[in-house]
Amino acid sequence: MTTAMTSSTSASAVPAGVGPEIIVIDDVTKRFVVRKDNSLKERLVSFGRGRKHREDFWALKGVTAHIAAGTTVGLIGHNGSGKSTLLKVIGGILDPSSGTVSRRGRVAALLELGAGFHPDLTGRENVFLNASILGLSRQETEERFDDIVAFSGIAEFIDTQVKFYSSGMYVRLAFAVAVHTDPDILLVDEILAVGDEAFQRKCLDKIRSFQEQGRTIILVTHSSSQVTELCDWVILLDKGEVRYEGEPNAGVALLRENLEERRKAEGDHSDAVMGRGAILGTRVFPAGGAPGDPVVPGSDLVVEVDFEHYDGMDEWIAAIQIDNTAGQAVYGTNTKRVAVDLEPLRAPRTVRFLMKDVRFGTGQYFVNASLLDFASRHIADHPQAASFQVPYYEPAVGTLYAEPEIVDLGERAPVQAD
Amino acid sequence: MTNQNLTDSEMRDARFAALAEAPFVRAGSSAGRFGASVSALRDVLSQREMLGLLVRRDLKARYKDSALGFVWSLVRPLTQLVIYYVVIGRFLGAANGTPDFAVYVFTGLTVFTLFNEIVSGGTSSIVGNAGLIKKIYLPREIFPLASVGSALFNFLIQFTILVVFTIVIGKIPIHPGLVFLIPSFLLIVVMATAFGILLSALNVYLRDIQYLVEVGMMLLMWASPIVYPWSFVQKALGNGLLLDIYTDNPITLAVLGFQKAMWVSGEDLPSPEWLMPRILIAIVVGLVMLVGFQRVFARLQGNFAQEL
Repeated sequence: MTTAMTSSTSASAVPAGVGPEIIVIDDVTKRFVVRKDNSLKERLVSFGRGRKHREDFWALKGVTAHIAAGTTVGLIGHNGSGKSTLLKVIGGILDPSSGTVSRRGRVAALLELGAGFHPDLTGRENVFLNASILGLSRQETEERFDDIVAFSGIAEFIDTQVKFYSSGMYVRLAFAVAVHTDPDILLVDEILAVGDEAFQRKCLDKIRSFQEQGRTIILVTHSSSQVTELCDWVILLDKGEVRYEGEPNAGVALLRENLEERRKAEGDHSDAVMGRGAILGTRVFPAGGAPGDPVVPGSDLVVEVDFEHYDGMDEWIAAIQIDNTAGQAVYGTNTKRVAVDLEPLRAPRTVRFLMKDVRFGTGQYFVNASLLDFASRHIADHPQAASFQVPYYEPAVGTLYAEPEIVDLGERAPVQAD
Repeated sequence: MTNQNLTDSEMRDARFAALAEAPFVRAGSSAGRFGASVSALRDVLSQREMLGLLVRRDLKARYKDSALGFVWSLVRPLTQLVIYYVVIGRFLGAANGTPDFAVYVFTGLTVFTLFNEIVSGGTSSIVGNAGLIKKIYLPREIFPLASVGSALFNFLIQFTILVVFTIVIGKIPIHPGLVFLIPSFLLIVVMATAFGILLSALNVYLRDIQYLVEVGMMLLMWASPIVYPWSFVQKALGNGLLLDIYTDNPITLAVLGFQKAMWVSGEDLPSPEWLMPRILIAIVVGLVMLVGFQRVFARLQGNFAQEL
């Protein structure tokens, strides 16, 4: 409050439809000191050699970003990339070592559902406590109490101590409180995968109506499909630095590449026995065409993969999988399923997969190729080894191609009461 | 809610308009900035509703599943009273020359229990609420202050018993000494809160603090005239500097002040000179310490979430 900035200038520069700037992250750095001694005795003993018992770890290095109100931003990155740290810095839970985060509006941080629930208190008491922690006054909570209970769907247990709740009931109540707090900024860390499917759907619906209402959501998640589905902006972090900022699909693709590099880098040292194979090449094209030709619905698709194993394998499986840009598998097959007998893999061999009459929806698709042993353990993988395009089709979207025909059947006849 | 009848897009426009007006605020704590103590105080005051809820949570949770509930919070001081009255008072003879020794002991114990509960509860408050602090930003001073709240509640019960006790034995404390009641109470609360805030922060970095506090409390209890009369100390130390050092311990001052107020039978017995000015000076010192320790707390709290 003492450093309140007057920045009405930034609001005017924003295009129509997008809200004013709501969070400004300016060159934020976060250093953790990892200590190896924690008691007075240990600290006294190691006093002379102080530095030896501490280690610096840079969780964030010079992160800068501007977030406009009303956007849903995905923070992505692999484990340890600093995305949860960034979320905590935005939420004010951690102070940055240098740099500043400025924000405006009411913030609700959902880093853990039911943080602050006390096991010995009843559901009702916890609702009031939790709502107050998230910034509601007692009166506001009373007004919304019925909605909260209705949303959670556990009305009959509301006066039971929460230690007797199942874990599902616990998170449902916690989520119900959180979404009824009317925040301008909602910080969410990996918590959307809770409860049964019906409740998850309810949560996602709530998130969508939050988006409609112009609330800003910042989401940390490992689920690429959630990112491409919900977010309209992503920030990709790698080792505490912003690797990419922009449109979600490209960000997810980059993350995948990044993960693959890491996997390869790690794979080179370990797993030497299992990894003694390789995929030399992968080609995908419509039957009678060449790689790069568009795959029109109804044509036959050919995938050719070259396999090699350095020690030779008597029994092996060749497998392919086709993903859409969001990383969802839409098709997969292998030689074991089709019961094809393969000759032992002594020298490099090529396997041709022919898929007849494929009808993919509009978009780009990636082919992943794998070499497996007979227990289905992966010997070699080549994710996104090749790709193909399906031409734009105006009448429909999705990964499946089908010609739609729509008829208006007229006004519905009134239902006769018995 | 007034915005219930608005459509989503109207809500969005209203929200954007409100946000465009709102000033930017720096996220995180206010360490090292001008007026930090004032803004911290304002933060805490704006959250007083939650402070009340946290106090109620602590109190409710403490005896939730026990049959006797709050009665247990009385068993400990009453047991202490019996032990000190019988062993120290009768067996060791401290009660000789000290009229209504039971009232005397219970008055001292009530004051000291308040101090003990605020400081001990405060010390473990941040570590005890680690789950909350790591996940949600709140003004962190709330947690030691919640310990003050629940300690005050227990104090109130104990104090009520003390008053009832004096009425039962016919020594109702309505006399001039009663002016000492409020200053002594303020002194103990201010001092204990200051230390509670400081130690709660230090305990995050060095868990040994909570064990040190236990030991310290035992020492402090015997360093104040709670179970023995002040005149014994006067006799042993003489009227010199040592006695002044002993007396100017803020807990001793508060205990003596409380005894002046609540222990009618002791009116004519020896007590330190200038007691009221000493208490008032100690309150001022305590307030300065409270501000200073809050600054230390503010500086340390930035790293709470990662140290817990």
